Amino acid sequence: MNTTTTAKTAVAPAHVSIGDVARAQRWRKVGMALLGWAVALLIFFPIFWMIITGFKTETDAVADPTLIFSPTLESYAAVQGRADYLKFALNSVAVSFGSTLLALLIAIPSAYAMAFLPTKRTKGTLLWMLSTKMLPSVGVLVPIYLIFRDVGLLDTRTGLIIVYTLMNLPIVVWMLYTFFKDLPKDILEAGRMDGAGTLQEVWYLLLPLTLPGIASTGLLSVILSWNEAFWSLNLTTSNAAPLTAYIASFSSPEGLFWAKLSAASTMAIAPILIFGWLTQKQMVRGLTFGAVK
Amino acid sequence: MIKTRASGRTVGGLRTLSLQAPAVTLLFLWMIVPLAMTLWFSLQRYNLLMPGMGGFAGLENYEFLLTDPALWSAMGTTLLLVGWVLAITVVGGTLLAVLFQQEFMGRGIARVLAISPFFVMPTVSALVWKNMMMHPSNGVLAWLSKSLGLPVIDWFSSLPLTSVIIIVAWQWLPFALLILLTAMQSLDDDQVEAARMDGAGPLAIFFYITLPHLKRAISVVIMIEMIFLLTIFAEIFVTTSGGPGLATTNLAYLIYIRALLDFDVGTASAGGVIAIILANIVAIFLVRMVAKNLEN
Repeated sequence: MNTTTTAKTAVAPAHVSIGDVARAQRWRKVGMALLGWAVALLIFFPIFWMIITGFKTETDAVADPTLIFSPTLESYAAVQGRADYLKFALNSVAVSFGSTLLALLIAIPSAYAMAFLPTKRTKGTLLWMLSTKMLPSVGVLVPIYLIFRDVGLLDTRTGLIIVYTLMNLPIVVWMLYTFFKDLPKDILEAGRMDGAGTLQEVWYLLLPLTLPGIASTGLLSVILSWNEAFWSLNLTTSNAAPLTAYIASFSSPEGLFWAKLSAASTMAIAPILIFGWLTQKQMVRGLTFGAVK
Repeated sequence: MIKTRASGRTVGGLRTLSLQAPAVTLLFLWMIVPLAMTLWFSLQRYNLLMPGMGGFAGLENYEFLLTDPALWSAMGTTLLLVGWVLAITVVGGTLLAVLFQQEFMGRGIARVLAISPFFVMPTVSALVWKNMMMHPSNGVLAWLSKSLGLPVIDWFSSLPLTSVIIIVAWQWLPFALLILLTAMQSLDDDQVEAARMDGAGPLAIFFYITLPHLKRAISVVIMIEMIFLLTIFAEIFVTTSGGPGLATTNLAYLIYIRALLDFDVGTASAGGVIAIILANIVAIFLVRMVAKNLEN
């Protein structure tokens, strides 16, 4: 901050006093604050509005937009009376964290091999992995559905975990690869000199050193799985249905009941939104090491 | 000496192979089994509504689809959707990243608010936009234009694709912001300061220092977003159901219409094969281009 002020004064013409520059800077800061907050609130507005609407009565919800109304919990009560929120939420937690752990477990060896034992085919393998993500899920829904039906994976958490693991695997491998590749080779070399085997090398050196990167990869994978709607809607009916299905069950029959829909939506996104808020610093810190630096 | 190195490489190769095996095998199965089944179905007459009409169809399904104007319209819609959302999020994300990099009061909270839409599930954000923002009679936007004395826009019937683009861009803008903001943090302050000393204005600094610095991060944003945008589904499903007409039907949604609404597994599978081929063309050209950028 100090350097900025001195630098500014240094280039400022003689008739501009230090006071003027400081004042101009202060105004610039106020302007930035106003602009920054205006943009942030504008982007956040739809979410804010949804949360607010959840506390309105149905009549208030469709009235002219206003912030003045008497808040009520009746929509939440009505929503809870219709579907057991907790069951859906637990399914979401189990499926998104389960698939993330599994994906990390499979991806770490693969990314390790790509980063430290690259062959001519490494680049090609990586691109091929990413290209599998570009298949539209609908294109392969019918076969997957039929297979799942035949082996009894329909409407099970295990089934969804398998699908989500495979769905996120390419991105997880790629992100981990960028984190691993940035690690100075000498460190692992030194470990090897001291007689560390591959497993020890990975466990005592690689994982601790790239933990922030692994964490942000995991966080991204959790968020993507939590919000995935296509597979969860088509492969589950009741037992394993996560929160995306919970919302879908409200969207059609209750389409015109905005307050209830808002209450249900708020409950569906609250866990992941708070999770995201709490971990976003971590996510950014992790990302600074790898691909985006 | 040469011998050891050679054998060392084979051992290395074996290790690479065994370490890669789980991920590669699983992804290969995940891709090849449904692909083989889809290919097989695409050559069959297979309509769930007409169980007696089975049998080998040859390329009939492809012919039916390739002569269907819906396919070309869906491809166009897919490209428009991807192109516009990428343009909005990359440009907007860069500007926002510059803004949120400035120091101001409560910057941390403002950032968190701006990033929030990324955490919202697509079904929910589509529902909120459809029912509470863009609704022609009770939506906030309608109320806003009424208050300002402007004509009310019926978003989903008069500007359907634009509406979908707005919703999708709203969801992905925070992602671009998050990644680009991260990249901004490694920008060399001394370099910026030096440029300022030399009399460079904010615009010059942006174009000659900030933007080149962000090149890599922008490539990452483009690549990841492209992967997800090519197969956008939930937002269309919830808001317009592909309509009016085919205005918002992208390739993924077209296959869905054929497979699940028309019960025509054969044609849907042919559409799946075409989508897979298209995805691979995109993968070869664009991803390779971006990947090259990532190397530098």
